Amino acid sequence: MGMTMSQKILAAHAGLESVEAGQLIMAKLDLVLGNDITSPVAINEFTKNGFSQVFDHTKIAMVMDHFVPNKDIKAAQQTKQCRTFANSYNITNYYDVGEMGIEHALLPEKGLTAPGDLVIGADSHTCTYGALGAFSTGIGSTDMAAGMATGKAWFKVPSAIKFNLTGSLRKGVSGKDVILYIIGMIGVDGALYRSMEFAGEGLHTLTMDDRFTMANMAIEAGAKNGIFEVDEQTLEYVKGRVNRDFTVYKADEDAVYDEVYEINLSEIVPTVACPHLPENTKPASELTDIVPDQVVIGSCTNGRISDMEKAAEILKGKKVAKGIRCIVIPATQAVYKECIKRGYMDIFIDAGCAVSTPTCGPCLGGYMGILADDEIAVATTNRNFVGRMGAKSSKIYLASPEVAAATAVAGHIVDPTEAMA
Amino acid sequence: MNVKGTVHKYGDNVDTDVIIPARYLNTADHKELASHCMEDIDATFVKKVKDGDIMVGGANFGCGSSREHAPIAIKESGISCVIASTFARIFYRNAINIGLAILECPEASEKIADGDEVAVDFDTGIIRNLTKNEEYKAQPFPEFIKDIIAANGLLNSLK
Repeated sequence: MGMTMSQKILAAHAGLESVEAGQLIMAKLDLVLGNDITSPVAINEFTKNGFSQVFDHTKIAMVMDHFVPNKDIKAAQQTKQCRTFANSYNITNYYDVGEMGIEHALLPEKGLTAPGDLVIGADSHTCTYGALGAFSTGIGSTDMAAGMATGKAWFKVPSAIKFNLTGSLRKGVSGKDVILYIIGMIGVDGALYRSMEFAGEGLHTLTMDDRFTMANMAIEAGAKNGIFEVDEQTLEYVKGRVNRDFTVYKADEDAVYDEVYEINLSEIVPTVACPHLPENTKPASELTDIVPDQVVIGSCTNGRISDMEKAAEILKGKKVAKGIRCIVIPATQAVYKECIKRGYMDIFIDAGCAVSTPTCGPCLGGYMGILADDEIAVATTNRNFVGRMGAKSSKIYLASPEVAAATAVAGHIVDPTEAMA
Repeated sequence: MNVKGTVHKYGDNVDTDVIIPARYLNTADHKELASHCMEDIDATFVKKVKDGDIMVGGANFGCGSSREHAPIAIKESGISCVIASTFARIFYRNAINIGLAILECPEASEKIADGDEVAVDFDTGIIRNLTKNEEYKAQPFPEFIKDIIAANGLLNSLK
């Protein structure tokens, strides 16, 4: 029986000829990731259980991004614990203030993730690297501790849902709209325990940043991982970043899928997820009565340079509407510098936006833009659960950078394709 | 192994942000995390929960973030077992890894009401509703997972 792309990667890392859905395997890891929130719990477990060495100090990444630059004394203590651990175990890929960026934007940018890799990360959005054709999935801190100690993890081999992409996106529509559309269609548990595999002619029309955004939110459909077929663009992206050998896997012709969905990219419209679940999607054009107090453009979902570009195109020469606080957060130092070079910083600041150093900050209600009672945010982030960005009674509408920027200017949610017309 | 307790019942898609809001993730202290458990969905939970009590949810319990702080907060608050019709996969994995018993059982999830007295036998997977005098059968753990639980968590099983 043929294997899916995810199954092929898992089989190779388990040293097996083939695997099938439901099989339990022990597999070798190419990278183990943690951040400033999940690493302390892993370090406590690692130490408590008497481990005294890591499997490979070059294959562990610790990125201080959630509450960093430290938001308070407790956060500072947690970062300090990670820093101490990283120093004593000589962790090569430890990223702190000045070098750090949001982990899922930073790791691919630094070339730490490659096609065919098997990656686990103590952060649910670790599934982002599937954009490169890697099998990459979120796990908890205990799995991170075990991964750091042994370089291995157990997996139950997932079955898969295939998304056959055709057509191409219209101007003003991007990867965020596609993934919100898909989550709206299959629901927040529509891909529970399974892989979401993206393939088809339309895939080649999506930019790498579109793919990162889509793979990033696979977890919002409950998926174990999201994964894209590798093409010329993928290889172009990793060229000069990944300085080691890697393997490109392709699903077998006779691979078995639980379901196959046909997605015509040309038909997708700007889409917004309403409170309090990512599956509550509606076309942006039907939500023009929603007046936000805050707009956030950033996060591991949409803080990359093309996201900044889309926001800058819309904000250029315009002003953020009165009554809206617009916060822009480039995801990494490289994105930040590129924004300066291209003049986006002037555009953002002249429009009345606040621009921050990289951080996850407001996305998870950490800091840098917390909502008060009953306030409304339109955000390019990934979750709109109750209390996610602040007060329990606050509300979050998830959207693309185009929708968010156009909303900031208009003063209410707006369809950017109409605004551009 | 058997547990018995009063049920705290919740609906579908109980996410990790309501189980333990991120504003409290600046600590890994189990007791402090437990003191804010379920705060944004049920402010009275920490006051009424007793040692051995059982939590029951609907579909996709524990969806969202990978924070292990979520099952830690539930376990430390005294909950002996979580029953749901389905669990989000990272939460499921984390619960097993830290030794919090969880059972998938759509029938129990549907029929058990808040405040019911429920007894669980993990060896047989039988869930008994003492209030309603009903019995439900849960999915037993695969052998592989039983081994991890028998070793009292993943890290002990690696030694």
